[in-house]
Amino acid sequence: MIFEDEPVPGYPLPILPGHTSPGRLERVLRAGKFAVTTEMAPPDSADPEEVYRRAHIFNGHVDAINATDGSGANCHMSSVAVCALLTRVGYAPVMQISCRDKNRIAIQGDILGGAAMGVCNILCLTGDGVQAGDHPQALPVFDLDALTLLETARTMRDEHRFLSGRKLTHAPRVLLGAGANPFALPLEWRAQRLAKKIAAGAQFIQTQYCYDVPLLKAFMRRIEDLGLLAKVFILVGVGPLRSAKAAEWMRTHVPGLHIPDAVIARLAGAADAAREGRNLCIELIQEIRTVPGVSGVHVMAYRQEESVPEIIDRSGVLGGRIPWYPGRDPQPNSNRLAS
Amino acid sequence: MYSVRLWSVRHARGLNSFYRGFERALTALHPLFKSIGYQRLERPVAALERSVKGVLFDCRMCGQCVLSSTGMSCPMNCPKSLRNGPCGGVRANGNCEVRPDMKCVWYLAVAGSARIPGGAEALSHVQPPVDRRLTGKSSWLRVARERAGESA
Repeated sequence: MIFEDEPVPGYPLPILPGHTSPGRLERVLRAGKFAVTTEMAPPDSADPEEVYRRAHIFNGHVDAINATDGSGANCHMSSVAVCALLTRVGYAPVMQISCRDKNRIAIQGDILGGAAMGVCNILCLTGDGVQAGDHPQALPVFDLDALTLLETARTMRDEHRFLSGRKLTHAPRVLLGAGANPFALPLEWRAQRLAKKIAAGAQFIQTQYCYDVPLLKAFMRRIEDLGLLAKVFILVGVGPLRSAKAAEWMRTHVPGLHIPDAVIARLAGAADAAREGRNLCIELIQEIRTVPGVSGVHVMAYRQEESVPEIIDRSGVLGGRIPWYPGRDPQPNSNRLAS
Repeated sequence: MYSVRLWSVRHARGLNSFYRGFERALTALHPLFKSIGYQRLERPVAALERSVKGVLFDCRMCGQCVLSSTGMSCPMNCPKSLRNGPCGGVRANGNCEVRPDMKCVWYLAVAGSARIPGGAEALSHVQPPVDRRLTGKSSWLRVARERAGESA
């Protein structure tokens, strides 16, 4: 799918009626296409080329790249800066904001700053506790939580003001997202939690890794019963597991991660565990695509980013669609003249 | 105290009805509070509130109590001070991601709310961001004043 009015990088798309952002991700979602997003591990480096190298891996396979904000409470290049670099060349990042490290003054500043640099999608997260990362002695801020962060961003966008009431001269035009973990306790309340997030402004959801499709289906049914499916785009989190040992480590150390024993047994029994992990990921994507109400997948392949294009290609979920990337259209302007 | 905190959640229904009566009494006492002066009452009442709610709920004196909306499980005991529901890190045994030896306060809140009439409905309200200026202040006095129609 090529949008007729796609401008050169650095310039926002026109905002279509019913849209809240000038971004490509919102266009893909509202056009009813099965969206694919991924996540970039920001470098431990001040070299912009490292950001571009990491983004380049995903070229032509993803509709948006999440720039994580100190994920796992580990220190990396900031999500605002990664997004600034990515938008410079036209990528569509999802700027993650975590409540762990910044108070409401800093966060509102980042929302404006991110939007000014071309960020069209913001993912509002509570964030992992500081104990999970490499600086456990840090002050956990948590001035806002994911819900109040969503409301804050929506207030800025729709009411053109800060939380204090002070007016914005230009509101951030963004699509607002939130996380969800359908696989953590209390299971029966997870759909209600999602309802609260939607009430607070969430327009799209990226879930925790899904390795248990029956649980996902139960969660989706509850969402449908609450009448929420029409109000939100749900992108289900998936990712390749490298080995049984890695999977075991992840489920003990990554907060809120649910991996059934059967998955670990399958990896343990495979001759090439990494390949089996990718196969499993592809099967999950194909199965998830058939779950009613799912709008896309969010592929998280931490330290296996190079496997993402293969996984997406082999899963066939793009259906021949080539998401935009810098250089996809050699002469976008002449194309537009011709059309 | 942790064990008392768990007891309070188990007895959320009784505590909630008691609090409803207590709140009415507080509101009725507004004229008295006003004549003594809210300013003057702030320190002793806050100290009393801290000791009573400290024992029952491990109260952190955020000054804007939402216990009735959270099944008598104080959300300020969440290491992320989440006031709108559990994060995604709740362990398979219902314990906290950050403090593995503690039940998730939201896991308890969902259980406690089920015991309070209208509790599930109250749980679904989006709570506003915490006003950090009220930390350490008496929530009771604020409620008395607000319910009597005066801004705190």
